[in-house]
Amino acid sequence: MAALYESYTLCALADTGPEGTRAIEPDRDRDRVVITESGRAVTVYKVSDQKPLGSWTVKQGQCITSPAVYNPPTKEYVVVTDEKVVRVWKDEDISIEKAFKATVSAEVYRLHSVPDREPLVLFRHGAVRFLDSLLAAPQQTIEEVLSEEEVIRWSAAVQMEQQLVLLFSTEQRGQHCLYVQRFSPNALVKHRLETDSTNSTPLSYAATYRDGNIHLLYLFSSGSVYESVLQARPTVPAVSGTVQALPRSLLLKLPVGEGELTAASALPVDESHIAVVGVPHPLAGAGKDYLCLWNTHFQTLQAARELAGKIYGQLWCFSGKLFVPHGKILSVIPFECQKSSLAAAMGKLKQTSGTNGITLSVWSCIDTRRHNNDNTLIIQLKMSTRNQSSCPTAEQLAEKIKVGSEKEVQKQVEEFLHGSQPEELQLTAGRLASALVMRCQADPTFYPQAAFTQLVQTNYLCHSGCPDLLVLTLEKNDFRLCQLCLQLFQDIPEAVTCCCLKTILSFQDSELEQVDLEDGLLFMKALTQTAEVSDDGDSGQHNGFSREPLALDMSCPVGLHKGALLNEVLQVPYSDSLLLPHLKDLNVPQVLLFLQYLRFLYLKYSQDAHSRIPALRKPTVTQIMDWVCLLLDAHFTVLALTPEAKSLLTSLHKFVRSQVKLYSELGKIEGSLEALKKSKQSREIGQYSIEVIELF
Amino acid sequence: MGEFNVHRVRFFDYMPSAIRALAFQPQRERIAVARTDGTVEIFNRADCFFQEKVIPGRQQAATEALAWVGDRLFSAGLNGEIIEYDLDNNKTKYTIDAYGGPIWSITSNKQGTHLAVGCEDGTVKLFEVHEDRIQFERNLAKQKGRIISLSWHPSGSKIVAGMMDVIHIFDTETGKLRALAFPSYDLLGTSRSQECVVWSVVYLSDGTIISGDSAGKVKMWDSRTGTLIKSHQVTKWDVLTLSVSQDETSLAVGTSEGHVVQFQFLSMVLGQEDKEWVRTRTFKNHTHDVRAVLEVNTAIVSGGMDTQFVVRPLLDKIDERGQASALRNIQFPHRRLVSCARKAGLLLFQYPGHLELWRLGESEGNGERKRENTTLSIKRKRWIAYSTVASFRLYRLHCENNNVSIIKVSKLPKVLSSANQICFSSDSSHLFVASTCSSVHVAILNQSGCKFVCTLKPKSGSGQAINLLAASEDGKWLASANSDHEVQIYNLNKMKPHCTVPVHSSGVSAMAIHPTTNNLFMVHADQQLTEYSVEKKQYTDWSRQVQRHGLHSLWLERDTPVTNVTFNPKNPAHIVLHDMYMFCIIDQTLPLPDQRSQFYNQLTLRSMPEKERKKHSHAFKMCKIFKELLFVELMEDQSLVVVERPLMDITAQLPAPVRQKKFAT
Repeated sequence: MAALYESYTLCALADTGPEGTRAIEPDRDRDRVVITESGRAVTVYKVSDQKPLGSWTVKQGQCITSPAVYNPPTKEYVVVTDEKVVRVWKDEDISIEKAFKATVSAEVYRLHSVPDREPLVLFRHGAVRFLDSLLAAPQQTIEEVLSEEEVIRWSAAVQMEQQLVLLFSTEQRGQHCLYVQRFSPNALVKHRLETDSTNSTPLSYAATYRDGNIHLLYLFSSGSVYESVLQARPTVPAVSGTVQALPRSLLLKLPVGEGELTAASALPVDESHIAVVGVPHPLAGAGKDYLCLWNTHFQTLQAARELAGKIYGQLWCFSGKLFVPHGKILSVIPFECQKSSLAAAMGKLKQTSGTNGITLSVWSCIDTRRHNNDNTLIIQLKMSTRNQSSCPTAEQLAEKIKVGSEKEVQKQVEEFLHGSQPEELQLTAGRLASALVMRCQADPTFYPQAAFTQLVQTNYLCHSGCPDLLVLTLEKNDFRLCQLCLQLFQDIPEAVTCCCLKTILSFQDSELEQVDLEDGLLFMKALTQTAEVSDDGDSGQHNGFSREPLALDMSCPVGLHKGALLNEVLQVPYSDSLLLPHLKDLNVPQVLLFLQYLRFLYLKYSQDAHSRIPALRKPTVTQIMDWVCLLLDAHFTVLALTPEAKSLLTSLHKFVRSQVKLYSELGKIEGSLEALKKSKQSREIGQYSIEVIELF
Repeated sequence: MGEFNVHRVRFFDYMPSAIRALAFQPQRERIAVARTDGTVEIFNRADCFFQEKVIPGRQQAATEALAWVGDRLFSAGLNGEIIEYDLDNNKTKYTIDAYGGPIWSITSNKQGTHLAVGCEDGTVKLFEVHEDRIQFERNLAKQKGRIISLSWHPSGSKIVAGMMDVIHIFDTETGKLRALAFPSYDLLGTSRSQECVVWSVVYLSDGTIISGDSAGKVKMWDSRTGTLIKSHQVTKWDVLTLSVSQDETSLAVGTSEGHVVQFQFLSMVLGQEDKEWVRTRTFKNHTHDVRAVLEVNTAIVSGGMDTQFVVRPLLDKIDERGQASALRNIQFPHRRLVSCARKAGLLLFQYPGHLELWRLGESEGNGERKRENTTLSIKRKRWIAYSTVASFRLYRLHCENNNVSIIKVSKLPKVLSSANQICFSSDSSHLFVASTCSSVHVAILNQSGCKFVCTLKPKSGSGQAINLLAASEDGKWLASANSDHEVQIYNLNKMKPHCTVPVHSSGVSAMAIHPTTNNLFMVHADQQLTEYSVEKKQYTDWSRQVQRHGLHSLWLERDTPVTNVTFNPKNPAHIVLHDMYMFCIIDQTLPLPDQRSQFYNQLTLRSMPEKERKKHSHAFKMCKIFKELLFVELMEDQSLVVVERPLMDITAQLPAPVRQKKFAT
């Protein structure tokens, strides 16, 4: 699970024109950043204090063309003004003007700072120098690697264990290429970047070093996020002349809403999460001013934050904080990505640490200015992707869902599910379900239950994929589907869990009896039956202990169906602190009923009845106990004032007391056993002793 | 009986080494045990699990597996060599290199014609077993990755190999992987990132393959289709070893957490033919990794890192209560590691790589260190002799006040090259060295050195190694016992065999010749006591009386053998015996206890008035005050020396076991 925390403003942004180069670079420690802004000013901020530590500006008429970077070995800042003038200054220098200055012979595209090494200088025509070697002879001739028309769009330096790699991407008449520059021995490899099939353009790139490989992530204006993995060490030197396409895999297909994305960027924050800015929230319509955290493994939206003002499509991430400029401010948003419970359940990835273990490359956003011209074919490409296959595409189906009759839709969905590849389903299941839910909400008579069931049972649907489905099932009182969702969705928000709980509790047992709940029901039947059997069968004594006090109030307080549904709720994953406020929504009779049921379950479990019942899913004792604790936490004061709750609370109290007593007795036994052991050893015998024994 | 001064010695840091492999020879009921220090021990199942032989080895061999082929024993280890043992003379017969890198497993087929070894380089090598050697036959199809475990199909035509993540079946006729009919299959169910090691495989005659792996699962596979039939999660840690019973109805599984789990092949519905492997019992006798288990018909034998050799009887297969139904836990060797100079008060401790000499009386000790791999040592008066696998050494000991010095005796007779047992005559004039084929070399010791006299050979011509020697006080007799249970008595005046003691069904675990009566007192592994008059060549009256009367059941139920016999010089009727848990003084003048009388009666006697004691006392004076005994001896000055090695101290030196959740932690 990932979460965005409360954001704060680091600084106000100067009102820059489109030409302004804005960048944030890491400084000497984790809490400091160098912000270059408005083409003229460089400011060092202490992030936690939201306070500037130093600021430098260039003279009127000059313009910063490459953002300032910090040079760790020399503890200096370096900036390029007017494309050819390299300026170097220290913290204590007051003015850049007085600092060291060198004019180089070619135009610099960017400077890249590298931890523990000299910064790299990337020239506009593709040549690369280390700063120290460049400054040693500023007027050295710089070779031209790229042709005249090829323009660098993005560059980044990636520090690996031993090696340093500079990546940069170029554009030439709609053709995008990626260059990989390695050092010692110097080698430049060119790859062709395939554009999306819909001739959209790459909006942002990000490169990270992970597990010995460079992972390059790029976002297209169509909303597709691709990942390419570059070997840290080149296996075979590329044959000169042939430029191979970079193999890539589709990580995520972001919803784009109306039109294409214009200013957006995606940034990996850990192995399985990416932060995206400038992409619409899937539920909030077309507005693009959102910062979203997506889980790429499960394609789920983990957290989102609406940002006020204009989005520039720029995003940085340093030491667990996201830096987003929007409107007139630069916001810092701390975040946290934990190993998600689903991931744990699937055992899919082994995540060692959160945000710290990953080296984030220097990041810069692309110049999107030039792309805007050729963005005319937006709508057509959407429809033309998959007409060749016989079964309807997801888009077509979604259209049909809007108008078709229940039977037709049902049939279409079935056909679609049969004809689709699993990968496709993964991408489209959520979309179809959302469309169906929307139709249902619009048209109260429309409810294709079988279609929903099939979609849910594909296992490609999750709650974040179509958040209204579960609520809809509750509205329609479709408890069979509700049970399915509770079983199969791993990401149900606590609020919805509580909503389900409330609905189930408030329903009459008699109304639930028609619902076919399969396995859950069998478990409940077995549970209630074993009670009778064991009560009759071995009412005698067990190891000298009578079970009488526990076997008292043993009838199930709720009907079997309700019990089965409640069991499903008990097994839904949740987190305590998030569930607690929602639990307060339950009213007293509901709480009482639920507590009674939980007590019933617990007593049953303590009789060891459950272990004899073969069932695929059944709540564990810990789950039951956790829910009891949570309920009591949420409602204790209310319950204490409710007369009906008195007997229940007393019995729970009695039970807890007996448990505490049991454990303390066990502790005593352990202590006395330990003492027994010690008393045996107490006579300390050294290595050698002379003793006298007498034999008779 | 009186008071004794007891020297309670705990400074012998004896440390057994971990058990690495076990192998069972069903016809002769022998169990071979390989330890991590390279030692191979042979236990006799029929003879109360008596440790009959100990074959010393090198630690570098890193023995990984053992295999019996008929009566012959082979081992293979991580140094890449296959060793055949000479079981008659307790030594290595020959060693050949398999040229496949470290060897992880060795098994023989049921027919006894071939040996298969699994090597680090991914080959399974077949060796043909010849009369006197083994001959490399061929490599089976080479695989990527090491071969961890092997098992032959009982028909001998197929062999199954467990590797990392994969199980392969090979055709032994063609040497090819049975790839078409038996595709190699993945051990699914473990996470991809983690390698799964197939520690052990078993191929049953019905075509089922059972595997135990590092994911803690025991899986049953159908070898015809290559499909998983059933998977049992046995432990959270590794399943290290599997062993199936002869009739393939029971399976023992050893795990990293020290549990042994039994599976049985049972029909799920009463009276129906459909059978399934069902997990039935769990035995928790080990604290550490169980590295080897054996299904031995009526018992499960297991051993592992905690150095214990545990015999857990399967009570459903045993009808009577007796020796077979008792849980055995063999921790100490069934032989002496301590020898003692009774007059000088010196103790000699035998470690695997050196000897330590200590003097009693004062609490300070002197350590004399030697390097090599000692098999045996005995010291008396002014001499120390020891023998390693390769050589025999004799030292002269000078002991004045607090100065102890030793001088090596050079120029030993060539015939004294290696010894199974060494013994000095009581006046230090003669040295007896047990050699191959039950022969004993006799040498004279004097100031100038050591001179070979002659070799004593038994009449029977047995080829077995001698495991005990005893010389009489008057220097006239020498008794030798070998692992065929034969006891031979030689007349040292004539240097000729004198007589042979009637062979008892159980091996001799300790014996000594009485200083005054010249009776040979023997204790057997099945706890029987016999006394044989050397001069009269017959059992003594006391011995016959014991046989007639029978020993007390509590005496017979003890599960560790007596390892030392000594006599009281002041009272000829007293015989001192000890095993691991007690020592006992037998007073031959007192009546034997009958079944109804209280056997451990010391506490009762203590509480009685003097006069009544006489009425209640019997011949066995049992003392259980001292435990975990390695050695007990009655010194010349009537004081007792007791060498204890508390098991707690041994446990403390073991590596930490796998962590297990305990209540309230």
